[in-house]
Amino acid sequence: MSLFYSTLKYLVVTLWSIFVIAPFLWALTTSFKDFQSVTNGATYIPWVDFEPTLDGWRSLFKSPAQGGVAIVEPFFNSVIVTAAGSGISIILGTLAAYSLSRFTFRVGPIRNGDITFFFISQRIMPPVVLSIPFFIMLGKLGLLDTLFGLILVYVVLLMPIAVWIMVDFFNKVPIEIDETALIDGCNPYQAFFKVVLPNSVPGIIVAGMFCMIFGWTDFFFAFILTFTEVQLLPVAIVALNSSITPWWSLSAAALVSVAPLVVVAFIVERYLSKGNLSGALK
Amino acid sequence: MNFKHKYMFLLPGLLVLLAILIFPIGFTVRLSLSSWDSFYPGLDFIGLENYIRLFTDDSRFWEAFGRLSLLSLTTVFLQYIIGFSLALLVWKEIRFQRLFRVLFLIPMMTTPVIMTVVWRTFFNESLGPVNDFFNLFGMQPLWLSSEILSKFTVVLVEVWQWTPFMFLLLLAGLLSLPKEPYLAASIDGAGPVRTFVYVTFPLMAPISIGAIIIRLIEASKIMDTVYVLTSGGPGTSTETSSFYIFIKGLREFQFGYSAALSITYLVVMIISFTVIAKILVKMMVRGE
Repeated sequence: MSLFYSTLKYLVVTLWSIFVIAPFLWALTTSFKDFQSVTNGATYIPWVDFEPTLDGWRSLFKSPAQGGVAIVEPFFNSVIVTAAGSGISIILGTLAAYSLSRFTFRVGPIRNGDITFFFISQRIMPPVVLSIPFFIMLGKLGLLDTLFGLILVYVVLLMPIAVWIMVDFFNKVPIEIDETALIDGCNPYQAFFKVVLPNSVPGIIVAGMFCMIFGWTDFFFAFILTFTEVQLLPVAIVALNSSITPWWSLSAAALVSVAPLVVVAFIVERYLSKGNLSGALK
Repeated sequence: MNFKHKYMFLLPGLLVLLAILIFPIGFTVRLSLSSWDSFYPGLDFIGLENYIRLFTDDSRFWEAFGRLSLLSLTTVFLQYIIGFSLALLVWKEIRFQRLFRVLFLIPMMTTPVIMTVVWRTFFNESLGPVNDFFNLFGMQPLWLSSEILSKFTVVLVEVWQWTPFMFLLLLAGLLSLPKEPYLAASIDGAGPVRTFVYVTFPLMAPISIGAIIIRLIEASKIMDTVYVLTSGGPGTSTETSSFYIFIKGLREFQFGYSAALSITYLVVMIISFTVIAKILVKMMVRGE
């Protein structure tokens, strides 16, 4: 490998890394600023360019009446909705994916591929198309502005992802595993729960991670379908982005919201390096 | 393998999905045939009037469509090129390999709408660091409020956010490639460029097609970025289809008309994706 090539290689990955980190660094410095150091133009280095304060971080725990932004409750609302939505999607999606991978369905002209496509095609619908009917439907059911209503919507959002990943995954799990279990006297349910499922943990983890990512990062449904009782984290943070933006609180809140899923990036990388993910993602 | 209980596995998921979706979809179709707006709420029946208006008297919708095609094709193309290059760079031995891999994945784990808020402060024309830098050369580019640059900024944020998704799928693909073709290529004395053109790229074609289609589907829904970054502006220069439907439906409360827009949008989208998928398969898979 020539010196030129390897220099170029490190240059490219370094430049891209800087591009990736830039907004985080900006948010981190901004979160320690006060009104003065934001409005006087861009400043970068604490103690040199500006006097750092903890006001931005303190405001996260104060109620709006005290001039804070109170993101603790939205944070836990987001955790509940994401966890419940992902959990339900994974359970139902895994079962459906298993049946689509192992059995043959024939209802008129509809085959397995068509059913799988139906599940996955739900992702084509932009949130805005569904939001108006969902708004009216949840209103009729009295579920507007409730956690349960949002969880229902998130199941529609996330189940297609679970089915997409799990069908591909089960297609790669050799069918001999099932057959051996059946010959050993299991009924099909036992074969699935006792033999196939334990062998599918990597696939389920990948599907779960994707569901978590797309659930945690959704904004639009939460924005339309909740008002005051239930607020999710992205909505609470975007609400700060008004005419007089408290840049310091906003930056601190943004960092808090990003933190939980950065952990996911490390887990994904571990799986990639061990080669477990390549089978599940193809 | 076949048995009568197979529906016990399929039906729970399918029925839940249908139960939640059947009303919204049916209702949208019905709504599109009505004139429901904030003055006269109610499901009257006006036939295809909304659709006629949309095809004959709404150039703004079709312009938004054109803009959406431009934005999503550009971003996905860039994401594919950059994502593939990054995946190739950290595929084989490189120092700090795992650190780079984690770093390259992080943007997709962040909430687009929140990072866009951060980007907005980053590109703020008077207080952000980007213009602080350009100031050194006596320039003040209007990243968010000029017609051309605001498009560029939207593309940049989308590329930042979603290149990792492409990177992840392509790297996972690269890591699962068989070893034998590479052995054969090196015995034949092929250099790195020829190995890529004749071995890696063809082997990666199915994964590439899948990744591009998934990204196109997600990119066509682009909404959060536009909403926060530019609100479709200046004027309508970054307004995409989703955002236009949002304005008609949830800002101007023309529910009936926005439902007609939605249905038309979905039909056009499903047709385009089918066509794009066919074209991609033709382009990437040789000899078929």
